Amino acid sequence: MNVATRWITALVAALSLACAAGAALAAPSGKPIRIGSTLALTGPLAATGQVHKIVGEIYVEQLNAKNGLLGRPVEWIVRDDQSKPDLARTLYEQLVTVDKVDLLMGPYATGAILSAMAVAQRYDKLLIHHTFGIPNMAKYERQFPAWSMGPEPQDTVPNTVLDALAASPKPPKTIAVVTSKFPSVHFVALGAREVAKKRGLKEVLFLEWEFGNRDYGPIAARIKEANADFLWVGALGLEGNQLIDAMKKIDYTPKEQFYMYPAPGPMVKSPDANYALATTIFEEHPPFTSNPQAEAFIKVFNERAAKAGLPDTAVDTQAAASYSAWQILEAAVTATRSLDDKVLANWLKKNSVATIQGVLRFNGPNNYGDDLSRVKQVQNGRWVVVWPKEVAAPGAKLIVP
Amino acid sequence: MPGATLLGQAVLSGVFIGALYGLLGLGLSLTWGLLGQINLAHFALAFLGAYLTYHLSTVGGLDPLVTLVVIVPGFFGLGVAMQWLFTRFRVSPLNSLLVTFGFTVIVEAVIQSIWTADFRRLESGYASINLRVGPLFVPLPELLTLAIAIALSLLAWAALRYTDIGRAMRAAAEDAPIAVAFGVNERRLAYLLSGACAALAGAAGLCLALSQTLAPAQIYAWIGVIFAVVMMGGPGRALGPLVAGIVIGVTEAVTMAVTAPSWAPVVSFSLLILFLIARPAKA
Repeated sequence: MNVATRWITALVAALSLACAAGAALAAPSGKPIRIGSTLALTGPLAATGQVHKIVGEIYVEQLNAKNGLLGRPVEWIVRDDQSKPDLARTLYEQLVTVDKVDLLMGPYATGAILSAMAVAQRYDKLLIHHTFGIPNMAKYERQFPAWSMGPEPQDTVPNTVLDALAASPKPPKTIAVVTSKFPSVHFVALGAREVAKKRGLKEVLFLEWEFGNRDYGPIAARIKEANADFLWVGALGLEGNQLIDAMKKIDYTPKEQFYMYPAPGPMVKSPDANYALATTIFEEHPPFTSNPQAEAFIKVFNERAAKAGLPDTAVDTQAAASYSAWQILEAAVTATRSLDDKVLANWLKKNSVATIQGVLRFNGPNNYGDDLSRVKQVQNGRWVVVWPKEVAAPGAKLIVP
Repeated sequence: MPGATLLGQAVLSGVFIGALYGLLGLGLSLTWGLLGQINLAHFALAFLGAYLTYHLSTVGGLDPLVTLVVIVPGFFGLGVAMQWLFTRFRVSPLNSLLVTFGFTVIVEAVIQSIWTADFRRLESGYASINLRVGPLFVPLPELLTLAIAIALSLLAWAALRYTDIGRAMRAAAEDAPIAVAFGVNERRLAYLLSGACAALAGAAGLCLALSQTLAPAQIYAWIGVIFAVVMMGGPGRALGPLVAGIVIGVTEAVTMAVTAPSWAPVVSFSLLILFLIARPAKA
C-alpha cells in the first residue's frame, strides 16, 4: 500500500467514524411528540407528586439527549391536578381534546389514576401509570402498571412479609393488625388478617381508623396493651410516623412492626422507627444499583431532589416506579415504531420490559404481572432490603430486636 | 373491657388533644363572636406559626418557646393588617369566609414554596421528655400545650370580663352603634382584637410544632373539628373552646379506647348535634 492509498484509507475511515458518531448523537428533529399528564404538584399529595415531576423531567431530558423517540424530540406537558381526582379528570380531558397530545402518562395516586383511566378509556388511549394501589379496580384493557405489586397484593405482600419473619430468629406467634381506612392500605390489611390466620398466627388486636385521624394516643395505648409479637400497620404517609410518635410517648416499642406505605424519608430519620419494616420495589444499594442505568438515574435524581429542596433525596418505590413507567413507554414506542395507542397496548400485552426494578410483564389479570415487592427494614438510619435473600443488601439480614 | 391504665391513658390523650383544639379555637371564636368574622385564615396562620417555630428552632437554633418573642408580635401586626383590609374594603361576615379562605390558600402556597410539601418534624429537647404519673405517661410537649391553652384562655376571659377594653369589646359586639355613642372606638378595638387573635394563632402554631408532624395540606385537616369546638363553646366566649375541646377530645379518645377508632368522629359530631338541639339558644 503506497502512501497515497494509506491516506485515502485513513480519510475514509475517519469520515465513516464521524458519520457513525454523528448518527448516534444526532439531535432529535421534526415535530415534537407530545406526552401529557397531570401530577399532584400542590395539595396533600404534593410531596410525592414532586418526586414524579423530577423523575419525568430527568427521563425526558435523557430521551432528548439520545435522539428522542423515533428520532423526534419529546415534549412533556404536565399540569397540576392539586391532588384532586376530579380535577385530574378534567385536565386529562383537556390534554386529549384541546392539547391533542400524542400519548398519555399517568398521574400520581390511586384516585387520580382512576380518573385518568376513565378518560383514557373514553378516548381509547394508552395509559401507563406509576403507583396505582388497588389492582382489581384497574379494568381498562389499555392501562399498564409500572408498580410491580402483582394482581393480588392483599395476598402476596402479607405472605412475603410473614415469610421474612418466619425465617427470622424469632418468628411471631401473635399479630395485631391496625389500619387506616384509606382504600389502598385498608384492603391489604384485611388481606394480612386472612393470611396470618391461614399461617396460624393468633390475632390479638384489629383496629381501623378514619384517614385524617389526629389523635393516635388511644390507638397506641391499645397496641401497647395487646403487645403482639408482630404489629401490621396499614398506614399511609404521615400516619405511620404519627403512630410511632404516639407509641413513643407511652414508652412502647413494638417487638416487630411493619408499615404498608410509610413516608420513607421521615420514617428512616426517626430514631423510634429503627428496625421498622416496609415494602419496596427499589432501594439505593446492590443488586438494584448494579444496573448502570439505575446507577446513573440515582445520581441525577439525588442532585435534582436536593436542588428542589426535598428533605429526602433517595430513590425508592415512588421514584423507581415513575422511572419504570417512562421506560415502559419508551420500550413500546421504540419496539413498534408507532404512536398508535392500540399498537402500543397490544405490544405491551405480549412482551416484557426490562426496568430498573426488574423485568415487568403485563399478561396477568388486569395487565398485572409478578409481585416484585421486597421487604425493607430501617437499620441504623437507612433503609435496606432484607427479604428475599437474593435481593437483600450486601450483608443485610432481618434484625429482630 | 379496657383496663384502667388504657382508659386513663386514653383520657389523658383526649385532654391533651382537646387542649390543642381549644387553643386553635380560641382566636377563631373571638373573631367570630366579637368581630362577626368567620376567619378561616386562622388555621393558615396557626400553621404558618408552626413552620416559623420549626424554622427558627432548627435553622436559627432558638428554643421553641423563645420563638414566641418573635412570632407573637409579628402575628399581631399581621392580624392588624388583615383587619385594616377588612375595614378598607368593608368585607361583610359572609364575604369574610371567602376572603379568608383565599388567604388560607395563599399562605398554604407560600408554606409549600418555602418548606416544600414534605413532612417536617421539630425535634426539640422537649419531645424526648416523658413524665410519669403512676402507670400513666405524660409527654412534656402535650403538657406544655395544656398549660398554654389554660393560661391563654384564662387570660382572654379575664381581659374580656375585668378590663375596660374587654368590656368595650363585648359592648361593641352586642350593639356597636350604642357602644360608639358611649365613646367606644370600635375600629381601634377591632384592630386590637384581630391582632390579638392572630397572635393566639401564632401561639397555637408553637404547640402544633411541638407535638405534630407538619405538612402544608394539614391546614385543612383541623377545620371541621375546630368549628365544632367553637360552636359548642359558643362564639365569642374565651373559656368555651377549651372546655368544648376537652369534651370532644376526651369523647373521641375514650371511643377509640373502647370501640373501633373509626367511630370517634361520628361520636364527637353526634355530640355536637345533640348539644345544638339541647341548647339552641346559646350554641
